[in-house]
Amino acid sequence: MTYREAVREAIRKALRADPRAFLMGEDVGRYGGCYAVSQGLLDEFGPERIRDTPLSEAAFVGAGIGAALGGMRPIVEVMTVNFSLLALDQVVNNAATLLHMSGGQCHVPLVIRMATGAGRQVAAQHSHNFDGWYAHVPGLTVLAPATIEDAHGMLLAAMHHPDPVILFEHVLLYASEGQLPDGADAVSITSAVVRRGGSDITLIAWGGMLARTLAAADQLQAAGISAEVVDVRVLRPLDDETITTSVRRTHRALIVDEEWRSGSLSAEIATRIAEHAFYDLDAPVGRVCSAEVPMPYPRHLEQAALPQADTIAAAARAIVGR
Amino acid sequence: MTTVPATPATTPAVPDAAHARDLLRDMLRIRRFEERCAELYQAEKIRGFLHLYIGEEAVATGVMRALTPDDSVVATYREHGHALVRGVPARAIMAEMFGKATGCSGGRGGSMHLFDTARRFYGGNAIVGGGLPLAVGLALADRMLGRRSVTACFFGDGAVAEGTFHESLNLASLWGLPVLFCCENNLYAMGTALVRAQAQVDFTTKAAGYRIAAHAVDGMDVDQVAAASRDAVATVRAGDGPMLLEFRTYRFRAHSMFDPELYRTREEVDAWKARCPITTYEARLRAAGVIDDAAKATLEAEVGREVEDAVAFAESSPWESVDTLTRHVYSEPEPGHAT
Repeated sequence: MTYREAVREAIRKALRADPRAFLMGEDVGRYGGCYAVSQGLLDEFGPERIRDTPLSEAAFVGAGIGAALGGMRPIVEVMTVNFSLLALDQVVNNAATLLHMSGGQCHVPLVIRMATGAGRQVAAQHSHNFDGWYAHVPGLTVLAPATIEDAHGMLLAAMHHPDPVILFEHVLLYASEGQLPDGADAVSITSAVVRRGGSDITLIAWGGMLARTLAAADQLQAAGISAEVVDVRVLRPLDDETITTSVRRTHRALIVDEEWRSGSLSAEIATRIAEHAFYDLDAPVGRVCSAEVPMPYPRHLEQAALPQADTIAAAARAIVGR
Repeated sequence: MTTVPATPATTPAVPDAAHARDLLRDMLRIRRFEERCAELYQAEKIRGFLHLYIGEEAVATGVMRALTPDDSVVATYREHGHALVRGVPARAIMAEMFGKATGCSGGRGGSMHLFDTARRFYGGNAIVGGGLPLAVGLALADRMLGRRSVTACFFGDGAVAEGTFHESLNLASLWGLPVLFCCENNLYAMGTALVRAQAQVDFTTKAAGYRIAAHAVDGMDVDQVAAASRDAVATVRAGDGPMLLEFRTYRFRAHSMFDPELYRTREEVDAWKARCPITTYEARLRAAGVIDDAAKATLEAEVGREVEDAVAFAESSPWESVDTLTRHVYSEPEPGHAT
């Protein structure tokens, strides 16, 4: 099964389980989704529940918020995070804010899915990663599933969450293959998870960066360095405990973040490690982030701008000193 | 640059004495409540921004009259009057403006963010144009859940320049949703005159561009507002898709409390004040024999008591404990559920 099929299966389960659940977004119906996630769902559920929208990000994200206020359980697909900027006012000023501003009256059980990330040579306006921007906002829960099981289980968990959830699906993951265990169900949307045990350094990554970070850990193993890999996967609220526990054991940390470095989520994680585990550290916390440049089109420049297994492994070796 | 619409040559007949007295009462409640708010602002009991609706009372009063308790309301940051005539208790509104725990938003919203979900009053939205998509969504939920409710969405002329106006009208029309778009055209987006901000100032033509039926209504005449709203709500409720009513009205006071009003003339303001929705309606009711001096005095006394009771309630209400600062950022587990 592919990642996109896992997301589709979760949407199908959610819509079968709850008549209030529906999917809306640009080209989710007849087209089958820009990334083919919702292919076939229109036939099963019809146009009321697999609802094509005009290119009106502010209106259909806001309508998702209104529908959630009105008792529905909408899943809104924003084609990519790049276009979500057109709906940012609705996400920040309404979805994330209504509960507090109304003194606890206005619950917004809304799931917003969006494709994110770079690596497909689609240049500066289609390669953004704004994980940290969204994770900055109180009231939101922000998830970055990196595996088949999480792509499926985090969406199911999000559908039972009483507050707005942002789900980032990395464009490079949609075609990735894996097994969905029999009886797979909702997974935790509060905790990070250790994907690989190790003792010399903790590599911290999520979403589209997890696979290349695991590849870097393989390279490090060949060089005699035992790297632990933590998949953050819940970007807000951050699971400090899993990260801190790992760093206290390995005494070294490297954060891999696809965002631009300045003001990124990696800065927040590094600060928290300093706050919680400073005296356990044997070396400064390291970061591998994207180059601070609008994403260029040609492949060699694009790849140079992004964290790669080689650059991750090199940064880790520098921290370990071997 | 702006012109004052002429008073209709024929004064409409007063439809029903009790109904007419209720309309006058609601307009007066808004006026007296807000006059008191202005005093309390000077006394620093109310802080932050305070946007008064004085002059525009006929609009909220007439529209709310057309709605049922199952309908939804989305309003703007100039929404004290809408909340009051929707049935949110004056006490809860005033306490909210004081920032007290007993306020209709628990004190966390203030003047611009009045909420009462039990009365389906969904704010209190202070981003111009930000409420229109919510109204579309509320109407979508009603439709999908088989409810025959209408969502009334208030916004000003300023919002018509926002993208969300155009996106929301398109979406509501495309999907045939039961939204009554209520444009309160008071001719100024804060200090920018409509004619200086929008190439097309006839909003009914903008609605027509989205195949939405629209009418311009004299927003200074509560009977005309009530009649137009009643007809429009019936049409929308019947499933004929959204409608837009443009209420031509005028804000008598400053935009907020920090406004030197350099952008309009005293003569213009005075010309509109001569068309005050309350004094003109009162005169009409007196001429029709619906009220007299004694009835007016009784009405003023009742409204005054309601306002003073609200002030006393707000004054004596407790503040939220600082311990609760971060409440309501995320939903709290329901009792009996493990965290």
